[in-house]
Amino acid sequence: MTLTQLPPTQATKPIGWNGKSVKEMLLESERLFAETGHYNGMIDLPLRDNYPILYEKIFSHLRGGLVNARSTALNISASPIVREIGELSFALYTPEGDSIALSTGIIVHVHTISDAIKYMIRNNWEKNPGIKPGNVYCNNNSMIGDVHTADVHTIIPIFWEGELIGWAGGVTHEIDVGGVSPGSMCYGHADRYGDGLLVSCELVGENDEFHESYLLRCRESVRAEMYWVLDEKTRLTGCQLIRDQVYRTIEEVGIDNYKQFIRESIEEGRRSFIGTVKQMTFPGEYEAPSFMDVPWKEDSTVHPMAQKDILMHSPLKISIDKVGHMGISFEGANQWDFHSFNCAPSPMQGAMWVLLTQTLFNSDKVNDGAYFATNVHLPYGSWCNPDFHKVSTTLTWLFLIPGFTGMIRSLGRAYFARGFLEEISAGYACTFNLLQGGGINHFGQPSAFTNFELSSQGTGALYYKDGEASCAAMWNPEGDMGEMETWEYLEPMLYMGRSIKPNSGGHGKYRGGMGMESLRMLYKTKHQILFSAGEGHVFGTAGIFGGYPGNSGYRHAMHGTNMTEIIAEQKPYPLVDGDPEDSQMSSLVQANQDVFDLHQLSGPHHFGEHDLYASIQRGGPGLGDPLERDPASVESDLNAGYLLPRFAETVYGVIAKQEENGRWRVDTAATEEHRQAKRQERLTKAMDAQDFIAQQRERVLHRDFIQPVYEMYQSSMALSESWKKKFYTFWNLPEDFTF
Amino acid sequence: MSVSYDKNTLRQLKDGLLPHDTAHRMQSSYKDADRFQKMLEIWQESVPWDDKILMPLAEHLFVVIKPDGRRIIKSTWGYEYCEAHENWKRYAKVFVRNTPELMREVYPDKLGADVNWMELREFYDPISGVLLEVEAVPPGYPFVHDIKPDIDTFYNDWLGIPVPEAD
Repeated sequence: MTLTQLPPTQATKPIGWNGKSVKEMLLESERLFAETGHYNGMIDLPLRDNYPILYEKIFSHLRGGLVNARSTALNISASPIVREIGELSFALYTPEGDSIALSTGIIVHVHTISDAIKYMIRNNWEKNPGIKPGNVYCNNNSMIGDVHTADVHTIIPIFWEGELIGWAGGVTHEIDVGGVSPGSMCYGHADRYGDGLLVSCELVGENDEFHESYLLRCRESVRAEMYWVLDEKTRLTGCQLIRDQVYRTIEEVGIDNYKQFIRESIEEGRRSFIGTVKQMTFPGEYEAPSFMDVPWKEDSTVHPMAQKDILMHSPLKISIDKVGHMGISFEGANQWDFHSFNCAPSPMQGAMWVLLTQTLFNSDKVNDGAYFATNVHLPYGSWCNPDFHKVSTTLTWLFLIPGFTGMIRSLGRAYFARGFLEEISAGYACTFNLLQGGGINHFGQPSAFTNFELSSQGTGALYYKDGEASCAAMWNPEGDMGEMETWEYLEPMLYMGRSIKPNSGGHGKYRGGMGMESLRMLYKTKHQILFSAGEGHVFGTAGIFGGYPGNSGYRHAMHGTNMTEIIAEQKPYPLVDGDPEDSQMSSLVQANQDVFDLHQLSGPHHFGEHDLYASIQRGGPGLGDPLERDPASVESDLNAGYLLPRFAETVYGVIAKQEENGRWRVDTAATEEHRQAKRQERLTKAMDAQDFIAQQRERVLHRDFIQPVYEMYQSSMALSESWKKKFYTFWNLPEDFTF
Repeated sequence: MSVSYDKNTLRQLKDGLLPHDTAHRMQSSYKDADRFQKMLEIWQESVPWDDKILMPLAEHLFVVIKPDGRRIIKSTWGYEYCEAHENWKRYAKVFVRNTPELMREVYPDKLGADVNWMELREFYDPISGVLLEVEAVPPGYPFVHDIKPDIDTFYNDWLGIPVPEAD
């Protein structure tokens, strides 16, 4: 057989500047940075210095265009995650893929899109499949540049007179990804082959339109197809609005000024970040490890390879050096595994970035300059840099969120040292419970959903006040819990109630913001698969200066209930679960099965009509010794139902009595006296730290730990000689001791 | 833009007495270049001893310079823990919540940790009994060294002044 030889395609002109390919531009940019320490070798910033008004005007044009693109485009979406919660964002990039400016929203993705663009450049997309005006690319591959499959990028190139002058990128979070189980972040499978629809920097459209074949593939691959397809159009529209704004800006200021601006703005961002580090922090080293449990040894709903108990180890360490560079290291992190919580380097960069923009680098002129002023060390083979390319990453956030809780706390210590007390936060709460699932919905249709009220957790205590209740997510500074009615329209589950969870805010002189809980009843559906996710056996965060962590989570589900009888006979029914030691659910409802345990992270479970599902969110960590809390604040918490009465004395040393009208009243004099006694009692009960170390050394020598703790130590030491040395040195272990 | 706050305002911020909207404006405004020095003076006024404070290390803990030149971590109540580069927790009093009963003194059942997976270590000042830090770590985890400050770099390179000496 003879193959027909196609005529050679006409050689195309390079699309980069001055006759270069865009890959040559990227390599040159990296070389200049390595040689000079300045972005693109920009030692001088003549546009900013000589024409500051013009410089600021260009920035304002672009920033305004990005915010406008987001606000306008989200109206195309039908997904409550996008429309109500605001899980989308847009950004503008240089030809090499470095972000210049961004919109509001889930800005964790500003750098992940940068990674995706650079992947295309490095892998010669210019030649095949080509980078041309009107092309549309899509990516949701976290190993290339993304957080997880549910976050889908649309990326378009922007050309001016034949040259690539940048890229516009947008991202939305999808309701379902067509994974092995319903929901946007399904898990329980072993590897990537269960992750759902994977799109890897694919050319999915030309001439400003999607390929119909791509949209068909999306419709055929995911459960909530309407939402997916409309979100595709949302992102593409936003990108086109950005491109139009870039064109308007260039027409006004000229292409040369535009090109100069995009370089200078990133170098200015880098310098600004370093300047802020030196202005606000203290040089040195900061340690803040965190942990997350995966209690799956006996969970038959997950893949056999995933059926084991795991404790994730995130030994976060921040180093700030003489010149103001900030390094973040995870040396000592334990190994990746056959679950969906592994984390590629791109989302780790994204997480660092989104946190910095909320504390240290919180001006509107945020861009990849911060990326060039920092470095992140991610041990190869660990959960945060897997050496197996096809790990599952659908729920990367499960490790990533607790993994970074120490960062805000460590920066708080740095602000304390410098005297910027108003900037100190005890940290953030983990954004759990994650409720998602699917099945035949209340309209009789196969469907899937992800409930995003988890966007509203309690915030960490500040140095001068309590944290705020139920309002924030570390990954989206504009978190919103959404209307219950909207979620009820999407999900076949009625809200029995939604309320503040007592004792969820971490104790302290200033307590963490309160978390909330919702109680849902399955309604008009015979079959739903539901997930719950979050930390249950551990705290995912910690307090600061004597403050305690906010609440950990638990699972409470009731199957085969008598809710129809309760409703028919108009008997009292639970609105929430409340105090878990006096559960409203268990006391008011009878069920064939009352699942009530610490397995907050559980695989996909079947639920039927009138089953109950409690969704417990988190309170923020606390700051300072609880015995230093103003007794009047304790009284206020008692009367608001934020603090269960039995903890007023044990934690806060407060003597309070309930009056006839039901209100609590603190006895200030008795409280002061009692607190003095409690401080003395502490010293009596506590031991010298050196004695504790000696005592615990014996435990270490006997390897007296449960399996997940023991294996965590084994894994961290196997991957990191330096962490092993640290462990051995602290416990003064003999060299021939093996763990 | 030049911003500065009087010591009374900063003292109110330290003591939690500043109106929240004022503190919020401080968050949103440009930072004041003299904050470190002013806060150092405020901290120095707040402690009952005379050793010169080099930096505030954590709530109720300071690095001070001793007459012999040693940099020591010292508490509000005068307990001297160790040198600045060491972890003060090694010299504190510690109480560990490592049974379900002890965990339930602080958290309702199921809202705390399973003590087989994670314990709470409470570090107290040996003089006052004030709780200085709470670690939430698995059993067997080395003490967390929260902050190891580089005082020389800070003074010499960032502030451009020599590290203060004892009076």
